[in-house]
Amino acid sequence: MQTEDIKKDFSLLSNSNIVYLDSAATTQKPESVVNAIKEFYEKYNANPHRGAYSLSIDATKIYEDTRKKIAKFIGARDEQTIIFSKNATESLNLIAYSYGLENLNKDDEIVLSIMEHHSNLVPWQKVSKITGAKLNYMYIDENYEIPQEEIEKKITSKTKIVSLCSISNVTGTINDIEKIIKFAHKKGAIVIIDASQSIPHYKLDVQKLDADFVVFSGHKMLAPLGIGVLYGKKEILNKMSPFIMGGDMIEYVHEQETTFAPLPNKFEAGTQNVEGVVGLGAAIDYIESIGYDTINLIEKEIVKYAIDKLSSLDFINLYVTRNRDNHSSVISFNIKGVHPHDVASILDSYNICIRSGNHCAQPLMRYLGIDSTCRVSFYIYNTKEDVDRLIDALNKAYDMFKKYIKD
Amino acid sequence: MEDLTNVYNDMIMEHSMNSYNKKKIEDATYTKIGNNPNCGDEITLQLKLDKNVIADMAFTGHGCAISQASTSIMIDTLKGKTIEEAKEVIDTFIKMIKREITDEEELKKLDDAIAFKNVSNMPARVKCALLAWHTIEDILKDN
Repeated sequence: MQTEDIKKDFSLLSNSNIVYLDSAATTQKPESVVNAIKEFYEKYNANPHRGAYSLSIDATKIYEDTRKKIAKFIGARDEQTIIFSKNATESLNLIAYSYGLENLNKDDEIVLSIMEHHSNLVPWQKVSKITGAKLNYMYIDENYEIPQEEIEKKITSKTKIVSLCSISNVTGTINDIEKIIKFAHKKGAIVIIDASQSIPHYKLDVQKLDADFVVFSGHKMLAPLGIGVLYGKKEILNKMSPFIMGGDMIEYVHEQETTFAPLPNKFEAGTQNVEGVVGLGAAIDYIESIGYDTINLIEKEIVKYAIDKLSSLDFINLYVTRNRDNHSSVISFNIKGVHPHDVASILDSYNICIRSGNHCAQPLMRYLGIDSTCRVSFYIYNTKEDVDRLIDALNKAYDMFKKYIKD
Repeated sequence: MEDLTNVYNDMIMEHSMNSYNKKKIEDATYTKIGNNPNCGDEITLQLKLDKNVIADMAFTGHGCAISQASTSIMIDTLKGKTIEEAKEVIDTFIKMIKREITDEEELKKLDDAIAFKNVSNMPARVKCALLAWHTIEDILKDN
């Protein structure tokens, strides 16, 4: 399948001259996702789980069928282990509050990687402050990867929780999460995987991985903004207390006491983002219609093309692993001597959308000794022409600045 | 889209890359850090008062061309002014960037700082241009 054909499915891209290179922040949405949401409101809108009338039953069926679809999509045995949330951030907060606070003590340790997004870092600082558990980091080497000895040094018998991303949203490094999960389990820790950056690109199989929790956001995988997923092992989820209290997560409510609903409702208080769930279902259908194999082929080719082109510019610093098999479709770089914000503004004047800043990863930036980077990230709708326009605009940005740059 | 050569002109580029105001004042009356956490821009602004006159100013730190040049040009514009005069210029600059003042006559008191007028057409960069000005506004608010 040609990416030009895929681009036609994305109205925002096919109706404009925009080069969109910020899919790691959020992807564009295919027409099928937009249409599914429209269809839901035109034909099925009602509050799920609440009405005794057919319309509400239809809405409930759509909501619950999508839960089944997601379970199948990520290889979960039981759809009750799929909890809807607002995004990966909320899923991680749910785990931090409902598992972390209740299971950690002051002699325990939490292990993160230094490349975590703030969403998988700040909640653990809170847990650490309240429980007294120590927060440790696995650092990366000069190749932007976590070395084996670092894993073995940091994950010990004191470690109760290991939480890390499958792919870095800054360097694009693919972590060997299967290996880390196996090692952490041997030490008696549970493992949380933030799959936000990998699920748009690579098949996720939670059973094969044997992860205890997996979280991701829908909007980075073609679905609408504001819908996320938490997967957890059933025996762990069953033991956890609810995170947010309210309607639909209860069994009996008395004046002073409440008993809670079983999974998954226990964790879904209040009326849910049903249009988001519907959109997520349509996004999964779209990804499956193309297939991860094709997605990988398209992305491998374009990322190789982009890295080769960027490497040929002598005014660019690249922050990517040399091991291309361990690199996804995120590329961080800087124009030597030029601030990323200026680069992004100049590229914007050529209708090219890139990210600049610290990418919600300040500890990683500090560890790398840089303030910020430019970041481009690719998805199935990007073409080699997009890369050519990027390179052309980067040359122009450098030309604007070079006579002022001090050596 | 804004023609960026209006914004990234010679004066702004020179101030951002090679500013003579980027140094330390040993006997500063005030030293204050200003930052935009989302961008990572951070400046340390120093100000030396002689009675109610801004006798000297300098800055250190890092950030984009717009934040750095805006800081340096602000120092040129405010040095030698009384606190009262400075407050009026600061207020005018902030209102220019927010497009609340567009009258060229009124903007004349900004001297070289008028070069940032076009930033008011770049919403993503407003914070960069205002960083130093909000920092000094903070320093002077109790004076």
